Amino acid sequence: MAGRDKITVLNPMGYPPKVTRQSLAPRLDQLDDKTIYLVDCRFDDSELLLKEIQNWFHDRMPSVRTVFKRISSVYLKDDPKTWEEIKANGDGAIIGVGH
Amino acid sequence: MKIDHEYGVPTVAVHTAVFQWVVRSVARANGMPHMRQVFVPQPVIGKSPGELSAYVDGNDPITGRPVMQEVIEGLTAPFGAEELKETTFERSTPRWVEPASEEDLSRLFQENQWTDQLPIILPTEERVAAMLARTSRKPDEVVGHMRPTDFREYWEYTVEKVAVNAVMAGAKPEYLPVILALAASGVSARGSSTSSMATMAVVNGPIRNRLGMNCGTGAMAPYNHANATIGRAYGLLSQNLQGGSVPGHTYMGSQGNGYAYGSATFGENEERSPWEPFHVQHGFKPAESAVSVFTGCRATAFSLGLREKHWRDHVRNMLRGLDPRTPPTLLLDPLTARMFIDRGGFDTKEKLIAWIDDNARMPAGEFWDYQLAQNYIYPRATFGEEPWATRLNAAPNEPIQMFLRKDIHVVVVGGETNPYWRIMGCTYQKTVSVDEWK
Repeated sequence: MAGRDKITVLNPMGYPPKVTRQSLAPRLDQLDDKTIYLVDCRFDDSELLLKEIQNWFHDRMPSVRTVFKRISSVYLKDDPKTWEEIKANGDGAIIGVGH
Repeated sequence: MKIDHEYGVPTVAVHTAVFQWVVRSVARANGMPHMRQVFVPQPVIGKSPGELSAYVDGNDPITGRPVMQEVIEGLTAPFGAEELKETTFERSTPRWVEPASEEDLSRLFQENQWTDQLPIILPTEERVAAMLARTSRKPDEVVGHMRPTDFREYWEYTVEKVAVNAVMAGAKPEYLPVILALAASGVSARGSSTSSMATMAVVNGPIRNRLGMNCGTGAMAPYNHANATIGRAYGLLSQNLQGGSVPGHTYMGSQGNGYAYGSATFGENEERSPWEPFHVQHGFKPAESAVSVFTGCRATAFSLGLREKHWRDHVRNMLRGLDPRTPPTLLLDPLTARMFIDRGGFDTKEKLIAWIDDNARMPAGEFWDYQLAQNYIYPRATFGEEPWATRLNAAPNEPIQMFLRKDIHVVVVGGETNPYWRIMGCTYQKTVSVDEWK
């Protein structure tokens, strides 16, 4: 088996799932008078960065209403309650800080 | 990004730049390659409001464009026709690698990140067949599913795929049932956490002796073929069967972890332990064989024996040195196990665990200020999860328990050359039957 003779070996990788492209929500035509949720995923001081984004909107685009919202638990858990709230009361969301 | 896809809310995700490859590949794997992502510099943690304001006013370090311009465009710029098209991606893994010389294949395996960077045994058909002969399971039977982190997609694997990785690790065919049980756990030994986790695997029951596993002197060190190659196989199968463990893409451990080479794999020293074996504590009979998997191995504290006067203080100091998120598993040399009985009267593991639970304490203010407590425990406490909610109400100077009793464990291992012992900060995941994979 040694040397330059060709040998055949098996591939060690597992089987990936079939991926289907998911559609995303239509974008907004503009942000004036819209409510944008700033969603804190509660990881490594993400709150502080989102607060600065909130300040930016306040100073530069005051017509945009921003709502600071923490997820209900840790970022590892799905949070349908929060998503429902944003769907009912918001027009868009900025989530951070992801990793 | 369920909020965008399932709830119909236009959303932008803000990440730090060091995660660009991993978050993009996660988005692709979840069918959302067109997800709107914006990047700021790393790190956010520890930065002042002024520094973070500069991030927001500055440019995305990946694209060079203003961060807030990208945020606004992410919410308002319509998707192109191609982005909106529903598409299915068929992905498959070939059974064979293109034939080549041994030298070229060894290089290919390394370049493809299919190894742990140490030499491997190439998985020829003959070697894999010999491995498969030691299980009654069919080669094409699905063993399980694994992924490197919660946000990624699960990959699937068969008995043959596990055997291929076992060959690569240098394992003997008779080890295969233990390796299959580890694969069946579905717990990855190559988690991608930035915290650089490793895994620990504890084998119990008659299989330990049948395979010649080491439970005594040097059990956790590279001095036993079964311990070493079963642990290595667990690591290799994890990285390959879950779809990779590549720094920057599918592995983000900032410092890495030497335990990952062998996944701290050993047998419990049942013969010299004064207590019930670990697998019996978890529902198995003594005559059954099983392997138990622990994740999050990072912090280790160690000591020598238990001194008569201050042993309680010494153990408390060790416990307080652990991070508050990761509970303790005591790894006790048989000599130390008996010292715990002599000093504290702990004639069962459960009694020792109860004492550890009651004595692992720190002032509440200190506890809740740990970044790991802030990230992973504080959010649960604020939304009422007990006992964390009650512990959150404690006064800052009040000592509170650091862990939950159910998460504290004891394993006996070592050769009685001295009563050295250690506490491994790690999280018990599950115990899997080995006998079912024979």
